Amino acid sequence: MTTSVFFGCTFIAFGPAISLFLFTIARDPLRVIFLIAGAFFWLVSLLLSSLVWFIAVQISNKENASVQKGLLIFGVVLSVLLQETFRFSYYKLLKRANEGLMALSQEDAMPISIRQLAYVSGLGFGFMSGAFSVVNILADSLGPGTVGIHGDSQHYFVSSAFMTMAIILLHMFWGVVFFDACEKKRWWAVVIVVLSHLLVSCLSFLNPQYEGSLIPAYVVMCVMGMWAFSSAGGSFRNLKLCLTCRDKDFLLANHRPR
Amino acid sequence: MPWRFDAFEAYKFCAAVPSVHRRTIASVPRYFHTLVASRTTHLGTLTPLRLVTSAHRCPIASVPRCFNTLSASSLLNITFMNTSGSEEEFCNERTSLMTTESPPLSSYHVETGISSLEDTQTKARCPITNESNNREARHEGVSVERDSTADSEDEEMSLKYGAKHVIMLFVPVTLCMIVVIATIKSVSFYTEKGGQLIYTPFTEDTTSVGQRLLNSVLNTLIMISVIVVMTIFLVVLYKYRCYKFIHGWLILSSLMLLFWFSFMYLGEVFKTYNVAMDYPTLALVIWNFGAVGMVCIHWKGPLQLQQAYLIMISALMALVFIKYLPEWSAWVILGAISVYDLIAVLCPKGPLRMLVETAQERNEPIFPALIYSSAMIWMVGMTEHSAVQQPSHQETNSDEEVGQSHHDNTEDNRNMVVPETEVHGAQSRTTSAVELEEERGIKLGLGDFIFYSVLVGKASATASGDWNTTLACFVAILIGLCLTLLLLAIFKKALPALPISITFGLVFYFSTDNLVRPFMDNLAAHQFYI
Repeated sequence: MTTSVFFGCTFIAFGPAISLFLFTIARDPLRVIFLIAGAFFWLVSLLLSSLVWFIAVQISNKENASVQKGLLIFGVVLSVLLQETFRFSYYKLLKRANEGLMALSQEDAMPISIRQLAYVSGLGFGFMSGAFSVVNILADSLGPGTVGIHGDSQHYFVSSAFMTMAIILLHMFWGVVFFDACEKKRWWAVVIVVLSHLLVSCLSFLNPQYEGSLIPAYVVMCVMGMWAFSSAGGSFRNLKLCLTCRDKDFLLANHRPR
Repeated sequence: MPWRFDAFEAYKFCAAVPSVHRRTIASVPRYFHTLVASRTTHLGTLTPLRLVTSAHRCPIASVPRCFNTLSASSLLNITFMNTSGSEEEFCNERTSLMTTESPPLSSYHVETGISSLEDTQTKARCPITNESNNREARHEGVSVERDSTADSEDEEMSLKYGAKHVIMLFVPVTLCMIVVIATIKSVSFYTEKGGQLIYTPFTEDTTSVGQRLLNSVLNTLIMISVIVVMTIFLVVLYKYRCYKFIHGWLILSSLMLLFWFSFMYLGEVFKTYNVAMDYPTLALVIWNFGAVGMVCIHWKGPLQLQQAYLIMISALMALVFIKYLPEWSAWVILGAISVYDLIAVLCPKGPLRMLVETAQERNEPIFPALIYSSAMIWMVGMTEHSAVQQPSHQETNSDEEVGQSHHDNTEDNRNMVVPETEVHGAQSRTTSAVELEEERGIKLGLGDFIFYSVLVGKASATASGDWNTTLACFVAILIGLCLTLLLLAIFKKALPALPISITFGLVFYFSTDNLVRPFMDNLAAHQFYI
C-alpha cells in the first residue's frame, strides 16, 4: 500500500475530529483534561469488556469457528453496553465534581458547563474508540502488502476510515444527547442512544457488505447530529444567523479577549 | 508591545545578573526563565513585580535523585537520571491569590533563589521581602473592597489555572514520549539487544521462566540499591554543603548526555536513513548542540529552548534505558522505582524528604538544572498603565544593577524598588481594575519524564498489540499525571509523580497487551465496530 492511502485514510478517519479538537478544545486546558479523562473512561470500559470476552473465550471451545464468532458478537454487544454504562458513570462523576466545585466557589457559573462537558467527553470517547479501531490498520497500510488477496474486499482501508469517522462523530453526538437527556431526566432518550449505538455496531456485522453497514451508519449519524444540535440549543434560525454572519452572540464570543 | 518590553527587561536582567547577583549558576536560569516566560502573559502586561519561579515550597525531592543518576553516570559512563517528580511545586491560584493577604516570607526566599552560600544576602532578603510584602499590602489595601469579588473568582480561577498547569506539563511529557516513540519505531538500534548495563548484571536469556523472573528481580534489587546509595550520598553532600561537588557532578553528567549520547543518537539516525555525513560537519553540529545545551541548562537561555533541551535529554536517557534494560527487568524496575519514590518522598525518614526539609530550613532552592519548569508570570489589568510605568522602569534600567526592579534580590535593588512600588501603588489606587495576579510555574523532575518515556517506549517496542498498547499507556500516564497534580493541589506539598502514572501505565500495558489486543484484532479481522 502507499503513503497516499495512509494519509488519505488518516485524514478521512480523523480529519473532522482533529479539526474539532484544534478549533474548539485545544485552547481551553480544562476541556483538554476532560477530553483525556473521557478517553480514559472509554479505555476502561474496553478493558472490562475485553476481560469478559477473554475469559469466555478461554473457557469455550477454541476450535469451533461459529462459537468464536458468536462469542465475538456477544463481546461487541457487551462492549457497547459497557461503554454506555461508563458514559453514564462519567456523567455522574462530572456532575458530582461540578457540584463540589460550585459549593466551594461562591459564584453561580461553573467554569465549564455541562453541555461543554458533554461535547468534550463525547469527543474523548470518539477519539479513543476511533484510534483503537483504526490505528493499527493505518500502520499496516504503510507497509507492503496486497489488499484482499484472499478474496476479501478491496476497499478495506477506505471503508474502515469512513466507518471510523462515522463512529467518532457518533460518539460525540451520543455524548451530547446522553448528557442532555440525563440532565432533563428523559430516560427514553438515553435508551434511544444506547439502542442506536447497538444498531450501528450490529450493522457492522454485515461487513464486508458496506452498503448495509456504512450507509445506515451515516444515516444514523445525520439523525443523531440533528438531534444533538437541537438539544444543545441550536435551531434552524440560529443556524441561518450563524451562517450568514449575523449572529451577534457568536460574533461577540469570537472577538472576546483571550 | 508589552511583550517586547518584557523581553527587553529579561535581557537587561541577564546582563545585570553576573555583575550584581552572585547567585549560584544553577539558580540563575530559573530567574531568566520566569522572566522570559513573562512574555507569555496573555494580557499585555508589565514586567512582573516578582520573580516567581516556584511555589512556596522548594522543588526539591526530585533533584537529589538526579544526582544519583549523575554520579552513577560520571563514574560509570552511564547517566541515570532518577529525578522523580516529587518536586512538583504547585501553587494554585488560590494560594497565589492568598499571598496578597498574607504573603509568606519563605516563598520570597525561595523565589529570590539566592544560594545560602551568600549568607550576607540572606539579610538583604528580609527587607526585600518586606518590600514585596509592602507592595502586596498596598495592593491588598487598595483592592480590599474587591476582596469579595476576588474570593468568588478565586475558585474559578484556581480551577482554570490549575488546569493550565496540568496542560503545561502534559505538553512536554507528550513531546518527550512522541520523540521516544518515533525513534523506537524508526531507528532499529534502540530495539536491538546490545548488552546490558552493569547495574543489571543478570542475563535474561535463561531457559526457565522462574529463572528469568528471579534474574529480573535480582537486577531490580541491584538497581534500586544503587539508587538508594546515591540518594543518601547526595543527601549527605547536601547536608554538608558540598555544593561545588554537586555542581561539578551535574555539569559532568549533562556534558556526557549532551555530547556523547546525542552523538550516538545522531549516528544511529544517519545509519537508519542512510545519510552520508562527514566528521567535520558532524563535529560542528554536535559542538553547537552541546554547547548551547550546556549554556541553556546550566546558565541562561530562553525558557522554551531550555525546555526543549530538557525534553531532548530526557528522551535520550529514556532511549538508553530502553536499549540496555532487559525486558522483564525493565518492568520490575519501573514498578520498584515507583514504590521507592513513594517511600522516599513521603516517609519521614526518606532521603528525599530529608532533602526537602533541609532545603526548606535553609530557604534555598535545590539545583534547578535538572528540573523541568514551566514558570509563567501574569499580571492582569495593567495594560493601560504600561506606558506610564515604562518610564519608571526605563529610569531604573539606566542603572544596570537594577535591571528588573521586580527582582528583589539584592540590597542594591531595594532602593530602586521603592519608586516602582510607589508607582505601582499609585496606579493601583487610581484604577480599581488593577489586580495583581501571579501564577507560579509548575515543576516536574526529569526522572519522571524519563520513566514515563521508558514505559511508553518499551510498550511500543515490545508489545505485540503495537499502537493500541502504546496509546493505552500514553493515556494512562497522562491521567496518572493529572491525578497526581490534583493531589498536589489538595495537599500542597512535594509529592512523588511516579507511583500513580506508572501504576496506571503498567496495568494498562499488561491488560491491553494480553486482553484487549486479541479482542481488537478479532474485531478488526471481521471489521466489527464497537
